[in-house]
Amino acid sequence: MKKLTLFAFLLVLLSLVVTGCRQSTPSQDTGAFKVGMVFDVGGKGDKSFNDSAYRGLLRIADDFEIEHTEFEPGQDADRETGLRKLAQAGFDVIIGVGFLFSDSMRSVAVDYPDARFACVDFDARPNEQLPDNLAGLIFREEEGSFLVGVIAGLKSATGRLGFIGGMDVPLIHRFEAGYIAGARYANPAVSVTVGYAGSTPQAFADPAKGKELALLQYGRGVDVIYHASGNTGIGVIEAARETGNLAIGVDSNQNYMAPGYVLTSMVKRVDNAVYAVILSALENRFEGGVQELGLAEDGVGYAVDDYNSELMTEAMIETVETVRAKIIAGEIDVPRD
Amino acid sequence: MSSPRIPGMATRVREIAGAGKIADVVAPLVAVLAAFLVGGLVVAAIGENPLTFYLTLFRGAFANADSIGLVLFNATPLIFAGLAVAFAFRAGLFNIGGEGQLYIGSFVCTWVALQMPGAPRVLLIPVLILASAAGGGLWAAIPGYLKARFGVHEVINTIMMNFIAVGLTSYLVVAVFKEAGQMTPQTATIPIAGELPRLAYFFQSLGVPLPAANPLNASFLIALAAVWLAWFILRRTTLGYEIRAVGHNASAAEYAGINVRRTLILAMLLSGAFAGLVATNEVMGFRHRFLDNFSSGIGFMGIAVALLGRNSPLGVLFAALLFGVLNTGALEVDLFTNVPRELILVVQAVTIILVVVGNEIVQRRRGRGATLAHRSEAAPIDQDGSAEVS
Repeated sequence: MKKLTLFAFLLVLLSLVVTGCRQSTPSQDTGAFKVGMVFDVGGKGDKSFNDSAYRGLLRIADDFEIEHTEFEPGQDADRETGLRKLAQAGFDVIIGVGFLFSDSMRSVAVDYPDARFACVDFDARPNEQLPDNLAGLIFREEEGSFLVGVIAGLKSATGRLGFIGGMDVPLIHRFEAGYIAGARYANPAVSVTVGYAGSTPQAFADPAKGKELALLQYGRGVDVIYHASGNTGIGVIEAARETGNLAIGVDSNQNYMAPGYVLTSMVKRVDNAVYAVILSALENRFEGGVQELGLAEDGVGYAVDDYNSELMTEAMIETVETVRAKIIAGEIDVPRD
Repeated sequence: MSSPRIPGMATRVREIAGAGKIADVVAPLVAVLAAFLVGGLVVAAIGENPLTFYLTLFRGAFANADSIGLVLFNATPLIFAGLAVAFAFRAGLFNIGGEGQLYIGSFVCTWVALQMPGAPRVLLIPVLILASAAGGGLWAAIPGYLKARFGVHEVINTIMMNFIAVGLTSYLVVAVFKEAGQMTPQTATIPIAGELPRLAYFFQSLGVPLPAANPLNASFLIALAAVWLAWFILRRTTLGYEIRAVGHNASAAEYAGINVRRTLILAMLLSGAFAGLVATNEVMGFRHRFLDNFSSGIGFMGIAVALLGRNSPLGVLFAALLFGVLNTGALEVDLFTNVPRELILVVQAVTIILVVVGNEIVQRRRGRGATLAHRSEAAPIDQDGSAEVS
């Protein structure tokens, strides 16, 4: 036993010597501009919502001298604790990715008036006054969803469309409502089958469930499914590829994930919003309060690239662009729920 | 497996057991140190500095009053969950339904609080504590009854009851009790009279600089009381004696005139009540409402806590504190080093395994006499037994 302990101790000592010179902790007081990002359920690597936010952070870190750190809370109470620790460590901008941070953001922002906070998909209360150092970013997903609804309505051969949501909450209902309205706008005869992966945050991180729901809908003659389900949607796209049908991606551009089987993606420019909010803080013109980002602000849109150019005809794009202009001009009223 | 009575054995065993107390403290400590060594190797293996890793970990847990407050806060629900598992274990029951029980306890607590908007603090707080315990307890009593009445194994039923509890509370929160117009799946807040005070002001008055934002609250004191209560019930009451007797040998207990069915059900009821008390921290002390899916596995961590604490209430307390240190430190490591979050989980798990294994090795190496002492200590009908029944 003693020998074993000694041996282990020596090993660790050795490893300390080997790695000791390497400095891995970002030093705490370099005076650099520091940005902390805290992720939502599903987390970094969801190829969707969180990754979009992360891309925005990486982009601005490329363009300016910024130190950044990011983490994903392991337990519920860590959300608030994590935000607090970042604020205590002197981070200039702290970004919570996802509506589950709304409550924690409200209380932490008040306690640390020198730090600037931004919450993506903020769960605003009616007529809420936010502190000056808290920006609640809200996207008008229904507008982008309307556009991909139009595309789906034009594209569908069977006239049957599907929608798969992650968590059954008002936020996702916005995607659903816009999508259905858009599809009906393009083709009043379409029917839309709606499914949700669940009623808990876990519903955004369950690709198996997503695939199961999608296979069910494709089996019933649906040929285009729009998913608004984060990581769960990976399963929906997988199902589209397997059955030879079409899926519509969400949040990030997911066209590349199964070329030829992803019709388009409703891109929610979380990356742009994150970039913009950090930039505003860098340039000392950060403003608190709820900010809504729709088609007009380039907060949402649809994606056309090499991966789906064969699926989208010129005529389709033309129609969608007309619709887009009409929404921006206020000529089309997009429902929110 | 009552050991044969050999004349003079009782005294000898007691002597060794006394000596064993030191080993009981030293063994886990040695094991924890060994675990840190191995954890360091894991960190070094991915090219990060183990020294930085541990310095950050311990800075996160012990740097100042705030960190220590967080350790105690994080340990609080684990104390309850650990007690739940340890208590049932003493009756020979493996209650892995702590997760479900704490959800139901928390939901019942919230629901009762929302029904009593005008109640004064002196009434509401005791009522809510009882509601939490009752919710968890009754939920656990169902598999307890099924075990006692039909002999259905409690493991399968407590697992199933977990699914039911999580699904049921999710449904109720999202479909019935969700705050209007909000996306977050949570209920409205409970009345202020039902909130447990945070301990920051108390500590500040003692000169300890615990920031007001620190979430440590009076639930921690309830957890300490629960540790004492679990010990008291097990060691100082007839019911506790019966529970240990049934856990030791149900047939013998029955032969001795103990109502085994009643004891099993009561053991599960009390076990679930401890789990339900997690609500005092989550609902009454911290969030002041029920948030769907808040637990993320506290009930399951309770199993590890109980085993690490050798199923003794005091052991559970220390095991929960160790977990509190690891969880609190892990957040710091996650935030301020390049060690990926997954690796922190690995180090945590390795630590726990080594502590449990190391503990066992040290116990066994104490030889035959010591083994007997260990057994007699765990056995409910031991040489001291008669003195304990009052």
